[in-house]
Amino acid sequence: MDFGPFLLLASLEGLVMAAVLALTAVGLSLVFGVMRVVNVAHGEFFMLGAISAWFVVDLVPGPAALGFAAALIISPLLVGAIAAIADMTILKRLHYEPEATIVATIGLLYIFQQLALTFYGADARPVEAPFSLRIQFPWFGYSGYKLAVIAASVVVLVGVWAFLTKTRAGLVMRATQLDRETAQAFGINVDRVFAGVFALGAALAATAAVLVVPIQQAHYLMGGDPLLLSFIVVIIGGLGSLRGTVVAALLIGLSDGIISVFFSPTLAKIIATLLVAMVLVFRPQGLFGRRPA
Amino acid sequence: MTVIWHAAKANRRSVIKGLIAGGSTLAATASLPRYIQAQTSEPIRLGFQLHRTGIGAAYGRWYERTATAALQVLNDSGGINGRPVEILFEDDGTDPKRGAEVVEKLAVQQNCDVVFGTLFSHVVMGSAPRAGELKVPYLVCSEGHHVASGALDRWTLQPGITDVKSQVQSMAPWVTQNLGRKVTMVFPDYAFGHDHRDYFTAAVTAQGGEVIEHVAIPPTETSFTRYLPRIPNDTEVLYHVMVGPAVLTFVKELGEFYGSGSRPEIFGFIDSLEAVDITAPGLEFLDGTHFWEGHPRFLQQDASDYETYYRAAVGVDENGASAADPRDVTTYAHMFSVWETLFSIRDAMEAANYRTPADRPAFVEAMESVTEIPASIEHPQGAKLFNGKTHQVFGIQNISVVADGRMNVVHTTSIDDGLYEDEVDYTTLPF
Repeated sequence: MDFGPFLLLASLEGLVMAAVLALTAVGLSLVFGVMRVVNVAHGEFFMLGAISAWFVVDLVPGPAALGFAAALIISPLLVGAIAAIADMTILKRLHYEPEATIVATIGLLYIFQQLALTFYGADARPVEAPFSLRIQFPWFGYSGYKLAVIAASVVVLVGVWAFLTKTRAGLVMRATQLDRETAQAFGINVDRVFAGVFALGAALAATAAVLVVPIQQAHYLMGGDPLLLSFIVVIIGGLGSLRGTVVAALLIGLSDGIISVFFSPTLAKIIATLLVAMVLVFRPQGLFGRRPA
Repeated sequence: MTVIWHAAKANRRSVIKGLIAGGSTLAATASLPRYIQAQTSEPIRLGFQLHRTGIGAAYGRWYERTATAALQVLNDSGGINGRPVEILFEDDGTDPKRGAEVVEKLAVQQNCDVVFGTLFSHVVMGSAPRAGELKVPYLVCSEGHHVASGALDRWTLQPGITDVKSQVQSMAPWVTQNLGRKVTMVFPDYAFGHDHRDYFTAAVTAQGGEVIEHVAIPPTETSFTRYLPRIPNDTEVLYHVMVGPAVLTFVKELGEFYGSGSRPEIFGFIDSLEAVDITAPGLEFLDGTHFWEGHPRFLQQDASDYETYYRAAVGVDENGASAADPRDVTTYAHMFSVWETLFSIRDAMEAANYRTPADRPAFVEAMESVTEIPASIEHPQGAKLFNGKTHQVFGIQNISVVADGRMNVVHTTSIDDGLYEDEVDYTTLPF
């Protein structure tokens, strides 16, 4: 294949990856930014999103698009609710101590994985895409749905940004992020904010998973990759910085797409991991993070 | 055991009468197949190393069902040496490390006489050494060339399924003569894929063809489009083999990549679509492409009676899905090996007059002495030839074409097509 089309394909693949990664990583970053919780179970919220999407599509009769639309609404709500319950029953009782929450979320990771294995099974199951448009370039064909994933991800990210900056709830979250105790002194119910943020973070991962599940399949072990990549993105972008997370997701997604097409996917992973090491050594707060005062 | 007490007092005459009657009853039951009392009526315990979870779960589900169905037939026909047979399934998570532990658990804690049923080659490679150390026969259903290559030991045998080297060697002539001579291969980047890479490349070269590109894909990969541009434009035949939960993604992305544009001929191993419905959305492009099938998933017009019997016994409909749930597609091209291995175990145990684990070496020797295996209810995939020196069986292979949502067999190889020189003589190794 010639260089031009090759690059086009690589960039498209990279953009799809960046789109999904940005959604997932923003959820992780938000949880850390506001709650200072390193959520190791984040990938499992992603997995739960995909699996619940399969159940919803399976239950909703009629055309594939209808079931998918239902999944796009129900799955994030459901996963968000599960996350809120996990926050209120577990993390809150640990007083959000960093070490304790890491151990607790590792526990959650296994619990969610085993529950999925028990009730969903060990199979990878496909979810039909809402539409089957295929774009035929002169050199290769490309899934129209994958382009839709990029668009949908941008819409959701703009939505998250608008929510955080333009609404009262967003203001409350930012206030809590800035200074938990002062926020409490101003009458903000921090417990409720934390439960909401944890739910929002999980719902974002679930949204990414619903978008990705017509491309990949829902499988109980699918949470590992998104977790690792989200951490890479969040460390490079700066924990807690949404702008940094999005930029880093683009950087990692595109470089992964392009490097893995032109060289090898293994090299792409090596470079991403090297980048994390470099960032940790030379700019531990991340590209866009603020140095702790 | 039921004991009947006779009220009458025993005297000499009644004792003699009883002895004669008992003797004739014993003689009569000896000709009956049901559990006659041999030295012991304790069940023979077979350990099954099962991929119930992990990346091999779809295979595991059907391997378990096939084993259970075969066990029913085996026990109904009298078990082994007149003893009933039990299978103890133990999940290995399709994980080599866990695999070795499972072999140990089955052999040591559960006192299984033999262990069998493993499919994924990396699990076989992780588990076989432990089986050798424990001196327990380990019968794999894995296709890997690792048994016949000499990489393992005297305790590992593969009597139920042909290895990859033989499979690809027997099919390469058909591929180069009917599909094309310039081949690009896409395969998973580990032992099983490497068998394909090495032996198909050699077989194609032997036919005067050429493999112009090898595209190795890391086994944990979930997205494949990025690899596809590496397929050269002058490829005449695209050869693909993929395993694991992402196989459907792989085939779908292949279809998207070629779209409505021109594409090479496509020849795949059905492994790329085992347990997947070939009429799933996105797979329309498969129409007209070819697949290797160890055992045809769709019931063929000329299917043998053995084949129909086996299909019904396992509970598979004529489209190769579960008779109970048409969405539950089988791993039909592989799971026959479990059925056939179980009956091979029976035959070898009976030939060795197997009684206790002390007879395990005799069991292995009995299996090593097997040569021809005719097609039968016990071997529904077809006749086979077992090579006791290499511990590997050789059978027929099928090439099918996809048409109207079915796969129809267009070519069946002979056993001779797949034979190659021995690379090892396990019978010279000590136990």
